Amino acid sequence: MKLTFSIQGGDFTHAGHPSSEVKKVLKQLDIDGKTIKNIVIALYEAEVNVVAHAWMGTVSVDIEENKITIWVTDEGPGIADIELAMQAGFSTASKEVREMGFGAGMGLPNMKKNTDELQIESEVGIGTKVKMVNYFS
Amino acid sequence: MKVSEIVEKLDLKVYSGKKGLDREISGGYVSDLLSDVMGNAREGEVWITLQVHHNVMAIASLKDLAAVILVNDLEPQENTVRHSDDENIPVLGTNLSTFEIAGKLYQLFNQ
Repeated sequence: MKLTFSIQGGDFTHAGHPSSEVKKVLKQLDIDGKTIKNIVIALYEAEVNVVAHAWMGTVSVDIEENKITIWVTDEGPGIADIELAMQAGFSTASKEVREMGFGAGMGLPNMKKNTDELQIESEVGIGTKVKMVNYFS
Repeated sequence: MKVSEIVEKLDLKVYSGKKGLDREISGGYVSDLLSDVMGNAREGEVWITLQVHHNVMAIASLKDLAAVILVNDLEPQENTVRHSDDENIPVLGTNLSTFEIAGKLYQLFNQ
């Protein structure tokens, strides 16, 4: 099963919509609760990253019998140093975004912690492509 | 313990999500950092925070939280109220500080 969603940079009102839809579908498919929780956390964080940093993005979801693969691709500023960005507490979020309670430097670590596979490719000034895989138990 | 019981015993305001007042509470979580709640709060917990915007409800819903308590007399934004009613997850309020309400909830919960 394939699902696609678009995300608009700066649009915090709709942040969480793809995660919410994916959660509903996985529940219908009777995937176990813990796995759904992990996927929802990782996808929500990826969505918020696009909203907080990029101009626009797309979420593509592919649900197969034994796993779910999610690609979150954006057109945005990119990540100059991915290793640094992966460190807990490191953030480049704006003051406004931080005041909302985002931008604590926990997003990428949360994504790492809650996925079985996480790949990030990024080009400064062009955008970022995140691939996340979770296997169903 | 149900959400309605803490509303009564801790004298909380109910801003929205009234249909969720019979939700069962599994514990509490205190944080104003959304990724912290996203990563660490557990299903059925009551979330105490000073954040009043709509993303609070997105997280409460994704994490299946029982209710949200806003501290220091803070009021939820309009779209927060709407989302809370849609999801039947109550947004509650208190004039107490985070420290005080968390202490009272903890005590009540561990009686």
